[in-house]
Amino acid sequence: MNKNGKLKFEIDGKTCFAEKGQSIIDAAAANGVFIPSLCHVEGVKPAGSCRVCNIKIDGRTMTACTTPVAEGMVVDNDVPELNELRKTVIEALFVTGNHFCPSCEKSGNCELQALAYRYQMMVPRFPYEFPVKGVNARAKLIFHDQNRCILCKRCIRTIFKDGKHVFAYRNRGGEHLEVVLDEELASQFTEKEAKEAMEICPVGAILKKEEGYLVPIGERKYDKTPIGSDIEK
Amino acid sequence: MDILLEVQDTFHHVPDDAVQILADMLDLSVVDVEQTLTFYHFFSKEPVGKYAVYLNDSAVSDMFGRGQVLKALEEEAGTTFNTVSEDGLIGIWGTADIGMNDQEPAAIINGTVFTELDPPKVKKIIQGLKKGKDLQDLVKEVGEQIHPHQLLPVMVKNNLRQKGPVLFADYEVGKALQQAVELPPEEVVEIVKESNLRGRGGAGFPAGLKWEFCRASGGDEVYLVCNADEGEPGTFKERVILTELPRLLFEGMAIAGYALGVKQGVIYLRYEYRYMKEYLESVLQEMREQNLLGKDLAGKQGFDFDIRIQLGAGAYVCGEETGLIESMEGKRGEPRNRPPFPVTKGYLDQPTVVNNVETLCSVPKIILEGADWFKSMGTGESAGTKLLSISGDCEKPGVYEVEWGMTIRELLEMVGASDVQAVQVGGPSGTCIDPSQFNRAIAFEDLATGGSIIVIGKDRDLLKDFVLNYMDFFIEESCGSCAPCRTMNLILRNKLQKIMAGDSSKGEIDELLNWSMVGKETNRCGLGQTAANPIISTIENFRSLYESYIETDSEFVSSFDMAQAVAESCEIVGRVPNIEAH
Repeated sequence: MNKNGKLKFEIDGKTCFAEKGQSIIDAAAANGVFIPSLCHVEGVKPAGSCRVCNIKIDGRTMTACTTPVAEGMVVDNDVPELNELRKTVIEALFVTGNHFCPSCEKSGNCELQALAYRYQMMVPRFPYEFPVKGVNARAKLIFHDQNRCILCKRCIRTIFKDGKHVFAYRNRGGEHLEVVLDEELASQFTEKEAKEAMEICPVGAILKKEEGYLVPIGERKYDKTPIGSDIEK
Repeated sequence: MDILLEVQDTFHHVPDDAVQILADMLDLSVVDVEQTLTFYHFFSKEPVGKYAVYLNDSAVSDMFGRGQVLKALEEEAGTTFNTVSEDGLIGIWGTADIGMNDQEPAAIINGTVFTELDPPKVKKIIQGLKKGKDLQDLVKEVGEQIHPHQLLPVMVKNNLRQKGPVLFADYEVGKALQQAVELPPEEVVEIVKESNLRGRGGAGFPAGLKWEFCRASGGDEVYLVCNADEGEPGTFKERVILTELPRLLFEGMAIAGYALGVKQGVIYLRYEYRYMKEYLESVLQEMREQNLLGKDLAGKQGFDFDIRIQLGAGAYVCGEETGLIESMEGKRGEPRNRPPFPVTKGYLDQPTVVNNVETLCSVPKIILEGADWFKSMGTGESAGTKLLSISGDCEKPGVYEVEWGMTIRELLEMVGASDVQAVQVGGPSGTCIDPSQFNRAIAFEDLATGGSIIVIGKDRDLLKDFVLNYMDFFIEESCGSCAPCRTMNLILRNKLQKIMAGDSSKGEIDELLNWSMVGKETNRCGLGQTAANPIISTIENFRSLYESYIETDSEFVSSFDMAQAVAESCEIVGRVPNIEAH
């Protein structure tokens, strides 16, 4: 421990410092180290559901969002073995949904797409499943498109109306799990809430109605700089 | 959970009105109530029939004629699988292993278990239901009285084939508890630690250590949960303990309660075993009257401990201790991220010890006979005895209490099995071994198992009847929240089917094996980490079975069928495709 009461630890050989109780992923970001994730939201209890932030501690694979930093911890992050696992998980997400980037309003702002570029996915190694999924357009200001949903739980964990969950899982398992929205609650969204819901979704599963392509494709966040570069600067 | 169970029982589904009322009552959104409801197999938003017949989907059920039973069910009930008859009387559904592998095919009808089904029995049952006969009367009609206790149904045989020196040795109820309360609680923990008792659910974590961690973690209230959610296909030993030795279990819980400072113990009983709930309640009552539960237990002033039964609602993953805790809190049974571990933050964020039924049953014996006695049995890393549930192609399926260290060869001889192709040790999440490994031993240091042993005969189609069945099982039973578990099991199953359809090249077997390794590294809980084991262990031990599906040496085999791909559009436009010409 150093004199400011911070925990000293190491990621890929780089000395880092963390607050007590801080997760590895947040502490890494604060030290300029990018650990990829599709479900993490800083300040919200971690879900550990996307499994993309897997890191290694003493040879054991752990999720960086759910593991707090301990003094003297030695973390492997940007190493071929883990990057390959991350790429595999991302590819599996692509083939088990219907992700057609060119026609998606979120293209360029989509974290799944951006991570696929970062880990140099060309074509998924797995065959496409082309699952049949639905779109719910009944809420007043938002569309909810199951085809693009990666079931990361971000919306479930962060979006509330009157203190109640607007989004929730339904069913379980590999073939039937989906995220659904409470139409009544979602219809009460203000313009601002609808925009926030769209932004919290890492992909294009939640979109704001009556507004699209305000920023042209090619000029969006990850079109200009790769994902993680704001942390790594 | 209890409210949903009651609603489901009353209306044979959970109607929208009930969901709305529940949501208002609990100040939750409708989708929030539904996310719990839709997680569990035995809750349904659509009517499942006045009599919902849940036929076991397990591989062993298939081995013993599930197909014919299903056909008879459909014919008699006048409906098809996954639907309800027009009059709403009978619905036919499937369900994951119900813990009756020694007497398959079996089914659960409105909580009542029917076993060793065949078409004539099915006919009798369905006709009886149509005439409005009582389920219990029907059980008596098609079964014979086996268990002497009137609160236990007549059809479930216990098939207790071999009693061992620990669990099934004679003992006097209450004596161990009496002895325990005369010691300081720390010393009870110390004895259990000293005995090297390891968790009998499968993972094998040292029980004494778990208790010690829990004691060290503080907290306002400490909870003890007995995990009676045995869902690993092929295991049914807890069914036998719960009905043969409930007093031993409750006494073990009371001793644990004393050692840990617990006031309330909970048994999380899988839905499939609800038929024994009334019986277990009666035993609990009897023990309260004997001062073995309740206030000032065994005469120890200030030691209050009681037990309640919490029913599950059909979810394999709730056998994982943190999934179980979530379920106890009335939520989806999704396993939690660790740390924190339940011993520091478990049920209601309080320190919680979750122990398996068999583990807790070993405790009174260890207190009575001592740690050294316990360690004198078994192997170096696996002390004591193990209760095995053995089923499949053998003469004497049932439950056997054996010392750890028994080899598979000895085991096969014991159960009367010959012409064995493979043995599935530890259920689908365990490992499938071939005859060259039959000298391996049942022990944590070799073949670890929570108790499921399935003997697979020479004539069985290992890949189709077992591996595929197991992959379907994991796809269905995964909670789905970890991306690799949700996605990869599906991808693996489909790849396996592609190979079995003869559409693959040699290299694809290794590809399948490589893909199978992802889950082990990346998933949160035991289910996700072991779900690919059926594929991994059969590629390692039965590679030739996979190779038998490979028809060519070529490096590329197209699985694309042009004729099939254009069939639909051709039909619409009325065109006869002429594929060969292109």
